[in-house]
Amino acid sequence: MSVTLADVENIARLAKLSFSKEEMITFTGQFNQILQYMEKLNELDTENVEPTFHVLDSGNPLRDDVQQTWLTPEQALANAPKAKNGFFSVPKMIG
Amino acid sequence: MIYEPVIGLEVHIQLLTQSKIFCSCSAKFGASPNSQVCPVCLGMPGVLPVLNKKVIEFALRLALATNCQINHRSIIERKNYFYPDLPKGYQISQYELPFCEHGFVDIYVEGLGAKKIGLTRIHLEEDAGKSMHSESYVARDESLVDVNRCGVPLLEIVSDPDFRSPREVSAYLTKLRQLVRYLGICDGNMEEGSLRCDANISLRPVGQQQLGVKTELKNMNSISAVEKALEYEIRRQTAILHDGGKIKQQTLLWNSNKSVVEPMRSKEFAHDYRYFPEPDLLPVIITAARLEQAKSAMPELPQAKRTRFIEQYKLPEYDAQVLTEDLEIADFFEQAAAGVQDKKSASNWVMGEVMRALNEQGCSIKNLRITPQHLADILVMLEQHKINLKIGKAVFEECLQTGENPAEIVAKKGLHQISDSSAIETLIDKILDNNPAELSSYLEGKEKLFGFFIGQIMKETQGKANPKTVNELLKQKLRQRQETTININ
Ligand SMILES: [Zn+2]
Repeated sequence: MSVTLADVENIARLAKLSFSKEEMITFTGQFNQILQYMEKLNELDTENVEPTFHVLDSGNPLRDDVQQTWLTPEQALANAPKAKNGFFSVPKMIG
Repeated sequence: MIYEPVIGLEVHIQLLTQSKIFCSCSAKFGASPNSQVCPVCLGMPGVLPVLNKKVIEFALRLALATNCQINHRSIIERKNYFYPDLPKGYQISQYELPFCEHGFVDIYVEGLGAKKIGLTRIHLEEDAGKSMHSESYVARDESLVDVNRCGVPLLEIVSDPDFRSPREVSAYLTKLRQLVRYLGICDGNMEEGSLRCDANISLRPVGQQQLGVKTELKNMNSISAVEKALEYEIRRQTAILHDGGKIKQQTLLWNSNKSVVEPMRSKEFAHDYRYFPEPDLLPVIITAARLEQAKSAMPELPQAKRTRFIEQYKLPEYDAQVLTEDLEIADFFEQAAAGVQDKKSASNWVMGEVMRALNEQGCSIKNLRITPQHLADILVMLEQHKINLKIGKAVFEECLQTGENPAEIVAKKGLHQISDSSAIETLIDKILDNNPAELSSYLEGKEKLFGFFIGQIMKETQGKANPKTVNELLKQKLRQRQETTININ
């Protein structure tokens, strides 16, 4: 398995990160080195092994449906770069 | 060429839990912005989500009610995308192994008959926050974000592409809304967004197996809006196909003011959510014991309630059907009928007076000032002949306006029925004596004047006389007068 420059550009777009062309080319090489290394795993026969999503083999612990108040709106917004009327203010999303 | 529409639905229902799906914040609708948030739903680093027990209970109820196969083990996953109303950068949802699959809902469409709508899957997920773009207080270069809704528990119900007309879709949504309300898991309010519906729709020539290119419709906040949007989209796609054009796969928003669909403004990249199992949450395990427990705790569903109403209250099928349409109305009837002998009369009052009041006031039954106990009080007074029907309706009206206790209304206004024979007899004599012309006409054969005397008596007693008693006594008195006249002659 390998990735192309276009794959790397797409991954950058999905992650909302921007890079120069040179950086993208560097990353493409580095990604492929990592993927090659991971290819080693394919030497093992995992035909009858179920995927390990979790190392614990138990079910999910559940929480009772009890409501608690945690933060005031002021606390929630304290670290926001910008807030207004009790809302987080962010750069315009649409239109 | 004749085209047939192929429609599938994705319905999201907001669950009526106290707290959110993965944290203890309140899940209530309508609070002031960012007042129901914590480090978990704000997506702070290092926090751990813990699944709400009630969400599993509610999901089990819906799975059982929609005949789904419940997966013994289902996987919780991350759906990755960046949007400011999703602080974590991913939505916790389910993908490959959902909570349950392969269910169905029976619908009935007038003129088309019964049909089974298949359910592909039902899965658990969390809601995202809410963003404001166009409100007056939002500046031109910003959007405002409220995280309160982030983490509110949802169930997503994905149907098979089984619908062939907008009317089938309406019937399904009506049924589903009734069902979730009966199950007590969602209030089904489409206007407030606690039940949301997106539709996928494509057209194909009748007889063709292969599906056409589909569009996705969003932003419909009532069942009738869904129906209208689908009708519009069928016309739009038909026109394009007739002209030899091609349908563009896209997401369209229903504009209810203009009654048109408009393309959603977004960058045209294919979605790539890169789902992967959520490392912070273990699989959801439903054991056989848990499943049995859920089965035994199932609330009564509409069909069963209908049958029980017919058997227990000896109601006609029509009454049972009307009363069980809505759970709150069914409950109102049962509470009112509890202390009343004549169950059919209770049914008549609920189907007549109560439903009329609901239509007039356009509110839910819980917000009526008259309670089931009030109605029961009126019915008991009627049964015991303490008031007559006319007064009963007047008391109902008064109670509807004021919420005052019916017995007090009757006492305060002196509305007690006069059933005392001697009092009524005296009154009848007085009226006959005061209207000699009418009396002699009657005695000469103008029997229509019987009604005139009844009217006089009712007027005199302000409608409080027991009509049955009045009728009997008046007949008796008139007969006596007749005999007297004959004797004199
Ligand atoms: Zn929270």
